[in-house]
Amino acid sequence: MPPSSTQNPILAQARTNWVILKTCLEERFVYRADFAFATLVRFLPIVTQVFLWGAIYSGAQARSESDEPTTLNNYTYHEMIAYYLMAMLARAFSSMPGLASGIARDVRDGTVKKYLTQPIDMLGYLFWHRIAHKLVYYVVATGPFALVFYLCRDYFPHAPDALTLLALVLALAMGFLIGFLIESLIGLISFWFLEVSSLLFIYMMLNYFLSGHMIPLDWLGDVGEWVEYLPFKYLAYVPAAIVLGKDGYVLGQGLEGQLLIEATWIVGLLVLNRIAFARGVRRYGAFGG
Amino acid sequence: MPAIDVRNLSKIYRVFRKREGLRASIRSLFHREYEEIHAVDGIDFEVERGEMVAFLGPNGAGKTTTLKLLSGLIFPSGGQADVLGHVPWKRENAYRRRFSLVMGQKNQLWWDLPAQESFRLHKEIYRIETAQFDRRIDELTELLEVKDLVGQPVRELSLGERMRMELIAALLHSPDLLLLDEPTIGLDVVSQRKVQQFLKYYQKERQITVLLTSHYMKDVEALCQRAIIISDGQIKHDGPLAEIVDRFSQFKVIELQFAGTKLPEDLDRFGEVFDSQPPRVKIRVPKNEVPRILNRLLDSYVIEDISVEDRPLEEAMAELFTDSASKAPS
Repeated sequence: MPPSSTQNPILAQARTNWVILKTCLEERFVYRADFAFATLVRFLPIVTQVFLWGAIYSGAQARSESDEPTTLNNYTYHEMIAYYLMAMLARAFSSMPGLASGIARDVRDGTVKKYLTQPIDMLGYLFWHRIAHKLVYYVVATGPFALVFYLCRDYFPHAPDALTLLALVLALAMGFLIGFLIESLIGLISFWFLEVSSLLFIYMMLNYFLSGHMIPLDWLGDVGEWVEYLPFKYLAYVPAAIVLGKDGYVLGQGLEGQLLIEATWIVGLLVLNRIAFARGVRRYGAFGG
Repeated sequence: MPAIDVRNLSKIYRVFRKREGLRASIRSLFHREYEEIHAVDGIDFEVERGEMVAFLGPNGAGKTTTLKLLSGLIFPSGGQADVLGHVPWKRENAYRRRFSLVMGQKNQLWWDLPAQESFRLHKEIYRIETAQFDRRIDELTELLEVKDLVGQPVRELSLGERMRMELIAALLHSPDLLLLDEPTIGLDVVSQRKVQQFLKYYQKERQITVLLTSHYMKDVEALCQRAIIISDGQIKHDGPLAEIVDRFSQFKVIELQFAGTKLPEDLDRFGEVFDSQPPRVKIRVPKNEVPRILNRLLDSYVIEDISVEDRPLEEAMAELFTDSASKAPS
């Protein structure tokens, strides 16, 4: 039987996406206690990291003969904490736990069949699934995040103006898209290799350094220069650099260009995802029943 | 124009051949050996619209691979298929809205949510109008006797209830073609019968085309008039189900009831005695010797009742598949 012909295709697609999102949200709420606990536990490393940087800077201050506040690679202690908190906020948007491994599992155990035999787009479906995942995460994490940012409010140099805030929101949203597209691309490699956990591990390691999650990218010296040309910096460093007003990340002084390059990365990664999916399903063996 | 038209269709899998032992495992890190498996090897068949056809064969014969090819899940290595006017592996949405693939061993419903949530999602994915959707849910849940269970999380349902929910999800958009891969696998007798009865009724009512694989011959006998037998990726038989026993079984069963309470002791000279419940007994005899053996039996003993039956389909199939396995090159 043909589908309903009275529906506008764009509206119908929007409705489908909405129902996918709604269903995913319902699913996320099933194990709400476990989810809430896991979210709260993720805040512990933030607290320990703040203390760690405190210890590093007070050690450096003790060795210094000057009374001026110590700077390490042009970051004061306050800037470092502000950087770290912003990087964590950016990671809350760009990290995609379970996305690549979930695609690999679906390919291996045949669950991917539903995306191939039903009139749905697998990447679109996973995208809305991830949006639901993030929305539930934000509901649970907003309180603790707000508390941490409130307690650490004095570490931030100044409140960003409205336009910078807008650029920050844009950078966070695009960071989400880049994180999604890189991980889904790694997941799609499972059409060739079935198992991608080692590849994913390498990516996580590189990501930890090259996104600026561990330390600011301008601490990496010469290495930091070529990291500039990779998409990883948008996952953590760029949003933090916008808030701290780092060189090249201020409106009118290069930030617009950075955001444009980020958008170009998104388009490029999307095209790569589409190519990988189209070739991957051609190769797909659907072994084992 | 047939619903399914398959010409010289083949699928070759290239699989890694791992030899036994640690040394072989280390060697395989540097030099991998592959072999080609001809899962489907140049098959041809047609299925008319509204027909319900059984696709039979032993494990690894190529049944499921054929269903995967027809549903567009995998690309063929050669040949052509026209299903409802589409090439399946192009995966056009227009085609994907017209068929359903149900695999008894795979779950499509959301595990942690009630089945009705999955149904609602299907409503949007397949763009089913609300009034029609409500009607379909009412009809299907009633027919499959699961009306009270649609609000219960899928993980809490029994296997039989879950399979019935899977069937509802697969039929909500009123597909013209239903591909069923072992739909009753692992089900108890009651659930099996319910699924069988439903499929029989539904197919007759809607005149949809159904291609069914099953290892349960009772499913096949209850549902299909025609069977395609596939073995080693090739079609061995395509015709009425009734012909299978006649064509492939070399034996018939003579059932005897003797006067008195005891059985004669020398019955094994006529054939293989396999079910002995005095004064009744069953003897398996070569098909072409039935008249001669009947004469000898009637001459030798006082017999109260006698009947000659074909071997059950299940046994005939087992015999056929055992033969083809023993003839296959090692």
